[in-house]
Amino acid sequence: MTRGLGNGILSAIAGLLCLFLIMPTLIVAPISFTQTDFITFPPRGFSTRWYEAFFERPEWYGSLVTSTIVAIATTLLATLLGSMIALGLVRLSRRANRLVSFFFLLPMIVPTIITAAALYSPFAKLGLVATVPGLVLAHTILALPFVVINVSAVAQSMDWRMVNAARSLGASPLTAFRRVTLPVLAPGIAAGAIFAFLTSFDEVVVALFVSGSGATTLPVQMWSGIRFEISPIVAAASCLLLLVSCLLLALFWFLKRK
Amino acid sequence: MPARLRSAGPAILILPGFLLVAGLFVWPVAQLVATSFGDKAGALVHYSKIFTETTYLRVVSRTLLLSAQTALLCVLLGYPLAYQLNRAGRIGKALILVCILIPFWTNLLVRTYGWIILLNPQGVINGLLRQVGLIEGSLPLVYNSTGVLVGMTQIMLPYMVLPLAAVMSRLDPAVMRAARSLGASPLAAFLKVYVPLTLPGVLGGSLLVFMLSLGFFVVPAILGGPRDLLLAQLIEFNINQTLNWPFAAALSTVLLVATVTLYWIGDRFFGLGRLWGAR
Repeated sequence: MTRGLGNGILSAIAGLLCLFLIMPTLIVAPISFTQTDFITFPPRGFSTRWYEAFFERPEWYGSLVTSTIVAIATTLLATLLGSMIALGLVRLSRRANRLVSFFFLLPMIVPTIITAAALYSPFAKLGLVATVPGLVLAHTILALPFVVINVSAVAQSMDWRMVNAARSLGASPLTAFRRVTLPVLAPGIAAGAIFAFLTSFDEVVVALFVSGSGATTLPVQMWSGIRFEISPIVAAASCLLLLVSCLLLALFWFLKRK
Repeated sequence: MPARLRSAGPAILILPGFLLVAGLFVWPVAQLVATSFGDKAGALVHYSKIFTETTYLRVVSRTLLLSAQTALLCVLLGYPLAYQLNRAGRIGKALILVCILIPFWTNLLVRTYGWIILLNPQGVINGLLRQVGLIEGSLPLVYNSTGVLVGMTQIMLPYMVLPLAAVMSRLDPAVMRAARSLGASPLAAFLKVYVPLTLPGVLGGSLLVFMLSLGFFVVPAILGGPRDLLLAQLIEFNINQTLNWPFAAALSTVLLVATVTLYWIGDRFFGLGRLWGAR
């Protein structure tokens, strides 16, 4: 009897906590379809006018395009460099591995406000402020740890004798890499790539410092939207970002199950 | 193959990434730290300002307090949720995981904006409370420290629940059965066996939340009021408004030292590096 009651209370608490976690994320969806010029709840009417506004206004649509380009370029660069690092790390001694891993985790540990402040002067000197290459380089540094972690996890548990077997059976180093190493590492590389894409696509703080009129990302545009323009267009933008997150999460789960 | 040649392999693989991180991250951060000391009036003039002037002391203590409050709230809310996540059936588990992972993967700004919709004076929560008749006007839930704490807790909660649930799942259920069979009541067994065994997870999770909270910028800047300035905002203010780079650099150094020290402690005693597999 008391056990049933205890279970009930615990479930109810967990339910409330779940609501607390998910509500602020999901609330943007109904708000984005409102007909009104301001945010109201419950939303009045149903319209897609704020989505039309999003794709018609160059500052919003343009920032989505910039963010997508930057995120794709960051994913390519971070995945390539990060996978190489992970492949190098497994061949190091335990001690060296720990030290080098720590070095590559640093951008994840250091608060982004410090990274942003530190990058500003050198980027200004190199002419990288408010440019797409500048954003890509900055985001690659932030995304690199996630690729290294994900690829390392697979590389550590991989049976490297398979590569030796392939080599002894006459495969060239390149063939052995392409036919044996790469297929085994593929899930880790894909997971790392998803993390890298999201890290770049969602990043605000460094982008606030490094982007500018030449290249504004969607999160930077949202930042000014939230602060200076209380219009449901921000809800529409939020809902689009939510959609991207859900798609990537589904993809990540699918990869993990495979 | 000679040993020297074999060890050239990893070096070549690591080198491009190393050059990028060293040149565009470690070196600039080192430069920033150096800027904080390079003043004619004395190397430590900016640091003494941070730790003696009331205005700045207040920002530092407010940042520490808010981070501690966030960590505490995350323990109080995260413990029952992790417990339930570990105990629930297949469907319950999936539901809880979805509620944790969707926000976890969604842009910070989306969640922060969601909190504005929920908490503002005309927002969902005030509206509901008015309809039920619990309040007349509206509660000040956002653009103050309450708003920051609520937003920070929601954003940090997954960092507590996921490691904690991992610790709980590794716990051998036979230990609890043994305690019960030796005559402990369910509550006594929980308090004297279960809680102590999960304590490293609680401490590790708290340390992680506390450390990450120290450098938060976006959430306090949007959900806080003009009087709730935190360390990260003060850094941004000194760079973008007053252009006081040396002072901003000193503030950054203080934050940097605190964060790296906490990470080092966490990694050494709680395996923070392993806890922190996800985002």
